[in-house]
Amino acid sequence: MSVRIVFLGPLRDLAGEDSRELAGPLDWDGLLAAVGPQIAGRLQNERVHIACGGKVLSDKTLLTAQDGEEIALLPPVSGG
Amino acid sequence: MRDIRLLRGALDPAAAIAGLTDATPSAGGIASFVGKVRVDDEAQEPVAALELSHYEPLTLPGMTALGEAAWARFGLCGLVMLHRIGQLAPGDPIVCVATAARHRRGAILAVDYCMDHLKSAAWFWKRERRGDRWHWIEPRAQDHEDLDRWSEKKRLI
Repeated sequence: MSVRIVFLGPLRDLAGEDSRELAGPLDWDGLLAAVGPQIAGRLQNERVHIACGGKVLSDKTLLTAQDGEEIALLPPVSGG
Repeated sequence: MRDIRLLRGALDPAAAIAGLTDATPSAGGIASFVGKVRVDDEAQEPVAALELSHYEPLTLPGMTALGEAAWARFGLCGLVMLHRIGQLAPGDPIVCVATAARHRRGAILAVDYCMDHLKSAAWFWKRERRGDRWHWIEPRAQDHEDLDRWSEKKRLI
């Protein structure tokens, strides 16, 4: 079992892949360390959100992802 | 009648609006908006393709919640909200929102409300290809200002 990180929008290009499996459990500091400095820098932006287990976190720094959960990295959106 | 969907294939706005009209005999007004991929042949490097990506666990649930909020706020009796995902060509419809209400104001405002939220508060990411390069489209400041018009705080001032 592991935690799956999904890169959305421009973050997918930066990551060079759609998703990545990491050993769980994973918290905010662990996530920043695992994704590399460039994506970690983007994640610090207040307009970049994180979802865990299908729910958007109101405070992303309180992330606690368990084995088997999916984390989505959500940059600013542009629909319509 | 409530029809909220993500479409991987072609979107037919005329059929969607006709379907809503037929399904809501008690409505006194139908309003609609169709967003499409601009054909900008005059640009030095015109848009050759547009791609919309989404995040399955959030995008449709978010649209459904938006539809429920619009339904309650504007007293709708019918709502269609269709949004394309995947690759689109210039001229293709991207989004269609159509609403039915007893009176025109609710229908018109509900379309505006849904579109402002779909533009800058729904889980979509859009990029366009010009020549052989893809560019991500960033939300415009105007999109956020449009969204702010509907916030409760702003309305109380």
